[in-house]
Amino acid sequence: MDDSAKPRHTRTIRVGNLARVEGEGALYVRVKGNRVEEVRLDIFEPPRFFEAFLRGRNFAEVPDITARICGICPVAYQMSSCQALEAALGLEVGGQLKALRRLLYCGEWIESHTLHIYFLHLPDFLGYPDAVRLAQDQPERVKRALQLKKTGNELMTLLGGREIHPINVKVGGFYRVPRKAELLAVRDKLEQAREIALETVRFVAGLNFPDLKPDYTFVSLREEGAYPILQGRIVSNRGLDIPVSAFEQHFQEEHVPHSNALHATLSGQPYLVGPLARYNLNYDLLPAPLQSLAKEVGLGPVCRNPFQSIVVRAIETLYACEEALRLMGEYEEPDAPSLPVVPKAATGAGCSEAPRGILYHRYQMDEQGLITEAKIVPPTSQNQKMIEEDLRQFVAAHLELPKPELTMRCEQTIRNYDPCISCATHFLRLEMEHET
Amino acid sequence: MPGKHKPTLAVWKFASCDGCQLSLLDCEDELLAVAGAVTIAHFLEASSAVLPGPYDLSLVEGSITTPHDAERIQAIRKNSRFLVAIGACATAGGIQALRNFADVEAFTRVVYARPEYIQTLQHSSAISEHVKVDFELRGCPVNKAQLLEVISAFLHKRKPNIPPHSVCLECKARGTVCVMVAQGIPCLGPVTQAGCGAICPAYQRGCYGCFGPQENPNTVALSAWWTHLGVDETAQQQAFRTYNAGAQAFSKEAARHG
Repeated sequence: MDDSAKPRHTRTIRVGNLARVEGEGALYVRVKGNRVEEVRLDIFEPPRFFEAFLRGRNFAEVPDITARICGICPVAYQMSSCQALEAALGLEVGGQLKALRRLLYCGEWIESHTLHIYFLHLPDFLGYPDAVRLAQDQPERVKRALQLKKTGNELMTLLGGREIHPINVKVGGFYRVPRKAELLAVRDKLEQAREIALETVRFVAGLNFPDLKPDYTFVSLREEGAYPILQGRIVSNRGLDIPVSAFEQHFQEEHVPHSNALHATLSGQPYLVGPLARYNLNYDLLPAPLQSLAKEVGLGPVCRNPFQSIVVRAIETLYACEEALRLMGEYEEPDAPSLPVVPKAATGAGCSEAPRGILYHRYQMDEQGLITEAKIVPPTSQNQKMIEEDLRQFVAAHLELPKPELTMRCEQTIRNYDPCISCATHFLRLEMEHET
Repeated sequence: MPGKHKPTLAVWKFASCDGCQLSLLDCEDELLAVAGAVTIAHFLEASSAVLPGPYDLSLVEGSITTPHDAERIQAIRKNSRFLVAIGACATAGGIQALRNFADVEAFTRVVYARPEYIQTLQHSSAISEHVKVDFELRGCPVNKAQLLEVISAFLHKRKPNIPPHSVCLECKARGTVCVMVAQGIPCLGPVTQAGCGAICPAYQRGCYGCFGPQENPNTVALSAWWTHLGVDETAQQQAFRTYNAGAQAFSKEAARHG
């Protein structure tokens, strides 16, 4: 039935199970006449209560336990949790240990971004249901994508022991650090990966992008002297510039009926985290050749079209390859794999740039190092309100589209964010009555 | 292959981190071959094309934690010729099964910001507690080579070759010196099923039990060793209560401590 012939009537767009996203969500849009009445990104993935059961666990277990929140970005959880606990203990992990963490994180960016670019997002632009069917027509492209993704995974396996839920990260550093020769063994592969990433930038920049340019509030980290991955201050394009420890004074979370994730707002307003936000706030920190490349493929220092996030992800993938090569080249084996850690009663916050945007952790522990309170704010719950805003704008501007196409475009709008619903959903705060 | 039925593969998700189904996409060298051998009929993380059942092989990730999911797994079972539970969530309830050990009374007094919006069960349970499971592949996450072995075995109607022995054998095969004997590092390897490749001891730390209990584990003997190494009762209980807390041998051992 062609609903568009009856503009005065109510139209609904409903997608019961979103595909090509991590986790379980649904989409609901209701249009009455020419007005978008309701937009909901439903998150029905069941809560897992990490913040509740972390209480009473030893601080040293936190990086391994929180990694289990997300199989796609476990390193992000390990890094944000370690940094929060290290902040609490007054530890600063610097030098080559910090460089190794950045290197491990580069592996996760390469793996996660490549997964999203080619497997989750690209099929939308090319009209395929998935990358496997794309491979039937363009086998070389998909094989090269798999090679790029594999290199990211190999970097994670080398430094982390395995690609999903790495086992080598600990509060204070690592259990074991690699010898230089081990790192250099993956150097050739990374150089090939860099070539594929460059091809990817040029290829995805040539896709057709629907027109949408919201006036976003971007939020990202700002790391001293480098494109943000591991740490930094939290900044926005509206003048926010705060230390991580002040996060909760500026960002609030609310619980809405249709979602098993908490919605975050900045002073009551929705905001955007992730590649687009990082790029817009840190363009000046990209190496000059990458800035030129961005310009060459039609991306200026400002990019507000969420559909072009695929191009930004490709640029970040290329950056991660180059950064990994640089870090490898400068690597010298540290004297010890980690700093000595002595627990004490303290509270600390940490934040890092997960592939999908800033991931905030705060922990409080007692003098024995047992966790007494945990708070985790993942990127997708921060973006959820913005996704709904994008949908509202996009649908309002494209009411003339036939329903199947509008539905597909709505799904694509959601996939622009690379939403990780598994992450977003597990954070319903429970207030536990004191147990003795 | 015209005229020949290509088996259909479905991948289902319950409460989980997505990591075990991601393992399939992480088989970069084999993914296209797998996709050539089967019809991927339902795999939402990877494809928007969904074919109706019945399915020849269903891989199920995640644990059952909501009334709705308890019904959904029944429908999936009915629609699947073979059903394989993959990963610690699906085989033992996962890390979210830590809720199972909270005082039930205290749990009913748990207050959310808006509890009326949430539906959840008191327990996180393994798939096998709800439906018949044809095979359980352990791991948090599963090992991708083992995942391919299981898919291949079911497609060829043979038993998967997944060894039930302990991590210790993998350390020996890998040439890793025992971290517990040589360095006094507490390790769950002697009671944990192999499959990961004994990564942790190779990285200078003790095994923490991602693959759950091995066949007939002697947890009592191991915990005596841990006591000897100075690990207190609470820490011992917590060591058995992680990603496979719901696995019988581990939950039984945990109950002896703390």
